[in-house]
Amino acid sequence: MRTLRPDTELIYRCLNERILVLDGAMGTMIQQHALDESDFRGERFRQHSLPLKGNNDLLSLTRPDIISSIHEAYFDAGADIAETNTFSSTSIAQADYGLESAVYDMNLASAKLAREAADAFTARQPDKPRFVAGSIGPTNRTASMSPDVNDPGYRAVDFDTLREAYAEQARALIEGGVHMLLVETVFDTLNAKAALFAIQEVLDEMELEIPIMVSGTITDASGRTLSGQTTEAFLVSIEHVDLLSIGLNCALGAAQLRPYIKVLAEQAPFAVSAHPNAGLPNEFGEYDQSPEEMAEALEDFLKEGFLNIVGGCCGTSPAHIKRIAELCQKYEPRKHFAGRLTQKMLK
Amino acid sequence: MLKLSGLETLVIRPKSNFINVGERTNVTGSRRFLRLIQEDNYEEAVEIALEQVRGGAQILDVNMDEGMLDGEKAMVRFLNLIAAEPEIARVPVMIDSSKWSIIEAGLKCVQGKAVVNSISLKGGEEEFIAQADRLRRYGAAVVVMAFDEKGQADNYERRIEICQRSYDLLTNKVGFPPEDIIFDPNIFPVATGMEEHRSNALDFFKATSWIKSQLPGAKVSGGVSNVSFSFRGNQLVREAMHSAFLYHGIKAGMDMGIVNPTMLGVYDEIEAELLERVEDVLLDRRDDSTERLLEFAERLKGQSNKTAEKEEEWRGLPVGQRLSHALVKGIDRYIESDTEEARLQHDRPLQVIEGPLMDGMNVVGDLFGSGKMFLPQVVKSARVMKKAVAYLLPYIEADKAKYQDHSAAGKILLATVKGDVHDIGKNIVGVVLACNNYQVIDLGVMVPAEKIIERALEEKVDIIGLSGLITPSLEEMVNVAREMERVGLEIPLLIGGATTSRVHTAVKIEKHYSRSQAVHVLDASRSVTVVERLLSKDRGDYIGEIRKEYEKIRFHHANKEGRKQYLSLDEARKNRYKIEWEKEPPAMEPKHLGIYTFDDYSLREIAAYIDWTPFFQTWDLHGRFPRILDDEVVGTEARKLYKEAGEMLKELITNKWLKAKAVVGVWPANTVDHDSIEVYDPQNPERVVHRFECMRQQSKKAAGQPNYCLSDFVAPKASGRRDYIGGFAVTAGLGIEQHLERYRAAHDDYSIIMLKALADRLAEAYAELMHEKVRKDIWGYAPSENLSNDELIAEKYKGIRPAPGYPACPDHTEKPGLFGMLEAEKQTGISLTETYAMQPAASVSGLYYASAHSRYFGVGRIGKDQVESMAARKQMPFEEMERWLASNLNY
Repeated sequence: MRTLRPDTELIYRCLNERILVLDGAMGTMIQQHALDESDFRGERFRQHSLPLKGNNDLLSLTRPDIISSIHEAYFDAGADIAETNTFSSTSIAQADYGLESAVYDMNLASAKLAREAADAFTARQPDKPRFVAGSIGPTNRTASMSPDVNDPGYRAVDFDTLREAYAEQARALIEGGVHMLLVETVFDTLNAKAALFAIQEVLDEMELEIPIMVSGTITDASGRTLSGQTTEAFLVSIEHVDLLSIGLNCALGAAQLRPYIKVLAEQAPFAVSAHPNAGLPNEFGEYDQSPEEMAEALEDFLKEGFLNIVGGCCGTSPAHIKRIAELCQKYEPRKHFAGRLTQKMLK
Repeated sequence: MLKLSGLETLVIRPKSNFINVGERTNVTGSRRFLRLIQEDNYEEAVEIALEQVRGGAQILDVNMDEGMLDGEKAMVRFLNLIAAEPEIARVPVMIDSSKWSIIEAGLKCVQGKAVVNSISLKGGEEEFIAQADRLRRYGAAVVVMAFDEKGQADNYERRIEICQRSYDLLTNKVGFPPEDIIFDPNIFPVATGMEEHRSNALDFFKATSWIKSQLPGAKVSGGVSNVSFSFRGNQLVREAMHSAFLYHGIKAGMDMGIVNPTMLGVYDEIEAELLERVEDVLLDRRDDSTERLLEFAERLKGQSNKTAEKEEEWRGLPVGQRLSHALVKGIDRYIESDTEEARLQHDRPLQVIEGPLMDGMNVVGDLFGSGKMFLPQVVKSARVMKKAVAYLLPYIEADKAKYQDHSAAGKILLATVKGDVHDIGKNIVGVVLACNNYQVIDLGVMVPAEKIIERALEEKVDIIGLSGLITPSLEEMVNVAREMERVGLEIPLLIGGATTSRVHTAVKIEKHYSRSQAVHVLDASRSVTVVERLLSKDRGDYIGEIRKEYEKIRFHHANKEGRKQYLSLDEARKNRYKIEWEKEPPAMEPKHLGIYTFDDYSLREIAAYIDWTPFFQTWDLHGRFPRILDDEVVGTEARKLYKEAGEMLKELITNKWLKAKAVVGVWPANTVDHDSIEVYDPQNPERVVHRFECMRQQSKKAAGQPNYCLSDFVAPKASGRRDYIGGFAVTAGLGIEQHLERYRAAHDDYSIIMLKALADRLAEAYAELMHEKVRKDIWGYAPSENLSNDELIAEKYKGIRPAPGYPACPDHTEKPGLFGMLEAEKQTGISLTETYAMQPAASVSGLYYASAHSRYFGVGRIGKDQVESMAARKQMPFEEMERWLASNLNY
């Protein structure tokens, strides 16, 4: 039997009352600090054989001050939920840096940092409790596509390898104190299915119910995921898990996401989330949509009652989140969830 | 509703069409596929999958169970390869194996929601549960074989016993969603010569209908070709057996099957004698049926099955006249071959439509216009026309590609608006327009505004037509008009349906759509004229005329409204209908309090209560039944229609097409605060379990005339008298969808409208029957009542049964409360849409009032004060209440 923690009930209650705000980009914020190789290495990895610069998740261990300050900046801007700095903290993604053995510590530390920031804000403002979502990225490999055009049957990773890696990450995040898990930027639904399978096993083993959010990525104007599914097929493929929310993030700006968010808003039995990029990248590959412009595009979603959770992905900053948070106060969250757990919680 | 996915979704609704599972990628069923896999020629093996999908397979069965193969490896390799072909990966996969390890290996390769075929109780409960648990985690649907520890089920009883046990374990122990369970109750060969195989097919059919009725949500599937195993080598007989088997299987409720489409004939085309002998075998109708089929098969061997039809006289006419004859008479038997013949005689396929077919339809139109043909016949003509057009369509497409043109008279988009499920009228309009060479795009029912607009833009339609029956649909139509204005559409908007009116269109809709014109269309026969003029060159003049007319209507309306005087709610309450309760006999204690359910009521019994007059109205034949049958003008047609309705009614009763369910309830109740009725817990009359909020007439009445409210008919709490109220919800529409689908597939609008009209009548009849039962027995306040059906129709009984959404109780939002009291959805399967229309559409619900004083009335228009009062009483925001009551506001 899995037990429900009081904070889980609180999340559902908040979700029923208002639109929750998710934080914005982590990478964009880290870039502003102009860090060098030694910052990434810190004491612990000074002797590591491979270059570590760019391994943002590692900063939770080596520059926790920076990560904490980012969480605080987002909470300060009005975010209800902070994502842990663990997007790439799986043994699969860390293999590129030869840091498979540090994965457990990275997740644990990241969860604790985010949780400390959240608790501090909740203590200051008890009527606006802050939460932490353990970020679980897609890894850098796809389970249902071949990286080799000449061998379409080949797979660089399989379900069981993904499952083990995800289980390790989920376990550490939960131990570190996250309130929920966020399987995000899903570009291949089979990867997500492996993550959800692993999380179920971990929750059974820990005898705990933790809300799970899933957020997919529509790659381009075709309206499909990288692995070729329509939004609806994506929903049907993971609907067997009793999710807290399903949504879309990254790749596109808010305006481009609209038709796909609408599909979810109409069909998902769970809460619906969106955390789009700050528009589409410009010719320099930078995101330059202003908070005002992004808010304008998102306001349309809120007006339509599409969303329960909204935030930002690539290119967004606390200024964007602040504007979004202001906006959310003006609108009612989407209703009509039919998910079993959700219904139970909202009774 | 079973949902599956590949790259796209496949949704199998309770009454979806039969789902074809492609079976050529199965090493046990296809020698070619086996050879390719054995030779490691996966490239060609993938081609087979592609052929299957292109050939219409909606699910792809993949099976690698062969002793000499490494099944797991082959499964993984093949699934990974087809995942790379978007055209194949579009459809969901059925991972087919008797080995669990192969199933699991397969599940780890599919990103979509697959079906696993199969698990069973063969290895005992523990293993079954463990496997099902695991499938749940992978997110797959499952085929469960009727197989247990004792072996495979080979008779009816064993089949249902195992299926029931499996279902209970899955739903109770594992928490498997019932809609994700598909049973395979074993298709075994018949006509094997073995006595114990005689009822193999029949048992499958029986088990199928049992599963579909007893195990809610579960689906049925099976491998069809097994049944004809003993006729290997005799293609003709096998094909006939497969078709007939599927025909009966689908009738019994089979949802999907593994079928080789190349080994399947058309049921209707099976030669009569062969069909009879095949069905004798399948349905185990005679002791010598096997011998007779064998003998027939022998005789048939090598022969082609040529049917010597007696040519009727008109068959000798030239093809144009034959087409015309077929259209006027509604005969579809030769339409395809005649159309083909005509096509060969013309340069372009479209000319067949513009020439002989339209000539024929013009004759129909003239006869209809001059009152010599009636709607039922026209709908039949349209069915023939549709078939001819469907036949020509591929040729026209090919031709169009060559010449790049388009020449229908116009494109009309039709939809029943969001929240509403009623579409008989809309379908009739669609048929009539199509007959007149308009291209009709029918989006069906419950269509949201965005979808209407999206399709209108996409298809560049010339006109949008909206339909609806319930009053909230009026508001939704306003919404669609607003949205059309917002996105900048500039095409006419037609408004139709029972509750719509010229006044409503003029006053409420027109002003929101200034870019073009909203036009109210009274009935189907007017639609053609209206559309014609709206698309003609002088449409500007026509729209000008309409605008002037609507302006006038608005003026009159405003004047009338201005003249009509209204009381305040307080004044109206003072002028309520007053019953001197102390002089009334005490209310009778009902025999049964609480709710009472009727599951699967006999349709035959219900049919005796049918009121036929509204049935004829549906078909635009006006007059009272039974006099209408002898009517000078419409009598002949009315008789014909009545006869055909009788035939369909008989068939639907005999074959149980529809299921009638009902729930009724009686509870202690008293009126409080004049307009509210408190309902009490029968066990504990102190406890208020619900409040019905009633609406009161507010228009100023002549002296002595009260301002009625339904609550006036229930004793006030202050009187100290115990009183009661009842409620009901009945449906006769369960199961209708599969039959409608069948007709849709056959382009048979006539039967669609007929079936819907009959289901509506049955639902009303069922309500009548239930009301009688309640009066005489359940509530029992009129135990000795003895009325004929005509007297019932004339409402000669004591008490009323007003329905929410109708004049005495226009507030649709009372329905959820009533449904809650009755547990209606659980007890009857009727659900409410977002605007509280009932689904299935053939459903009726309402309240029972027993008082001899109770009567029907129309609430009419009400003031803001009553809307405020209602909103407060119902704890609903004022604006929302106002929106629901929009058609009843006097301001």
